[in-house]
Amino acid sequence: MSISKKDVEHIAMLARLHLDEEEKEVYAKELSQILEHAAKISGLDTKDVSPTSHAIPIRNVMREDVITSSIPRDDALLNAPDKENDAFVVPKIV
Amino acid sequence: MQYESVIGLEIHVELLTESKMFCGCAVSFGEESNTLVCPVCLGHPGSLPVINQKAIEYTIRIGHALNCDIAEFTQFHRKNYFYPDMPKNYQISQYDLPLCLNGFVDLEIEGYTRRVGITRVHIEEDTGKLVHMGESGRIHGADYSLVDFNRAGTPLAEIVTEPDIRSPEEARVFLQKLKSILEHLEVSDCNMEEGSLRCDANVSIRKIGTMEFGVKAELKNMNSFKFLAKGLECEIKRQEEILEDGGTVIQETRHYDSVHNITSSLRSKEEAHDYRYFPEPDLVPLEPDSGWVENIRLNLPELPDARLNRFMDKYNLSRYDAAILTSSKSVGDFFEECAKDYQNTKTVANWIMGDFTAKLNSANLEIDECAVTPKHLIDLLKLIDNGTISGKIAKSIFDEVFETGKLPRVIVEEKGLTQISNEEEIIKIIDMVLEENASIVEDIRQGKDKAFGFLVGQVMKLTKGRANPALVNQILRDKLK
Repeated sequence: MSISKKDVEHIAMLARLHLDEEEKEVYAKELSQILEHAAKISGLDTKDVSPTSHAIPIRNVMREDVITSSIPRDDALLNAPDKENDAFVVPKIV
Repeated sequence: MQYESVIGLEIHVELLTESKMFCGCAVSFGEESNTLVCPVCLGHPGSLPVINQKAIEYTIRIGHALNCDIAEFTQFHRKNYFYPDMPKNYQISQYDLPLCLNGFVDLEIEGYTRRVGITRVHIEEDTGKLVHMGESGRIHGADYSLVDFNRAGTPLAEIVTEPDIRSPEEARVFLQKLKSILEHLEVSDCNMEEGSLRCDANVSIRKIGTMEFGVKAELKNMNSFKFLAKGLECEIKRQEEILEDGGTVIQETRHYDSVHNITSSLRSKEEAHDYRYFPEPDLVPLEPDSGWVENIRLNLPELPDARLNRFMDKYNLSRYDAAILTSSKSVGDFFEECAKDYQNTKTVANWIMGDFTAKLNSANLEIDECAVTPKHLIDLLKLIDNGTISGKIAKSIFDEVFETGKLPRVIVEEKGLTQISNEEEIIKIIDMVLEENASIVEDIRQGKDKAFGFLVGQVMKLTKGRANPALVNQILRDKLK
């Protein structure tokens, strides 16, 4: 398996996910399968293909530096699970 | 053991655009929390970023001014990290294909020149602001935190230097010069207190004569020129003590505490640098048009080095004076505004560099933030030149101008500070002083010339400093012959 249980634990920590032992085993297996699938591309001859990050050949999409209206604060805070003093509340960070 | 320090700086500068980097929300400091936000800068699903062309133009300007190559192909990446100052849980930044590369800045330090390489200048978005709620007010020990996303998405240029800096003083001079360049480019207001210019440093030490780098620490929270130098000194000392004791420095991020003048480790699990950069799929790459890039170069404003040379030529100033006057754009502008209406530029320079700067420093103001304008200073200098006031009175008038913003000639009139240049009036006062100090007069006639200054002082005291000093000296000399 290309992804070990330890890798899964590391990735879960970065994403702040709590996984139980059984889930770690399952994800190690599934993530390995995904990587193995993607690794098939290594079998192709890509000598004449330049690295590509976008499938469509469009460049230089920019906008003018013009202010457009922001949304009302009440709307901005509407989906916040918790708010205080017109700000989003987040749980203890460290 | 003799060590030398190896320092590289990372400077973040907020760009002076009207709107944010990837959406049309206004960029503004000090607004009410969460009023400059929209689905894009709040990271709502389905919203899409669009690049602000002005931010690209400003960064190309910076690149040109720092002698960089401007990339023909550049692209944005996602920097993934889990921290509540960014609503998306990633920051749009640049990774292996930054907009500007391979530049340099030459520093003039007393007696030598130092070339500091610029590794890269790239664009990213600023984060939101956190307020930590709890007794300490700091992140450690906080119960929870509040987030204001007004600043999230503000265009930010990150300037990274090579590890070419060899002392805290060189670091300070570099940052001063970089700030002046950015001010002259008019791409940022460079306000360190409000955080629109921020500086981090990578610092390590090595034995003099060795080429290998030591283990570095990343130092944060040096939000003024003074604290940059002091923070670095403090960290260098710490590393020297570790090595002298036979220990090893560990690579970590450290926080400079300016109150206690110490650095402390910020190491924690939260700090795992594993950003998993990948190309931002929501933004297509940029290939800046070569004509546009060249046009930006041709339209660069005058930069501090050129201005320094022009000041020396045009205003007949020493290199030292010209360097101080061009070390910030607003000071240079103030000087030039004065020079338009006043011939004796050396006098203007002396006033700006002397009393004026001292006043500004103690009030913690920039020259363009205080009550004194070029009009005030010229008015004052002309009052001295035409003999209305003495140089000494001028200093006290200047203090009052600084406090009140009144024109010097108005203050002179209101307080009756006009200089006494009427000979008869001065003779009357001198006679009084001579009469009261008969024994001293005798001493002087015996050759004790030192006491002469005392008599001048007495005349000045009686006239509250208003007597024309040259005239007092001359008449007193005549009388004592």
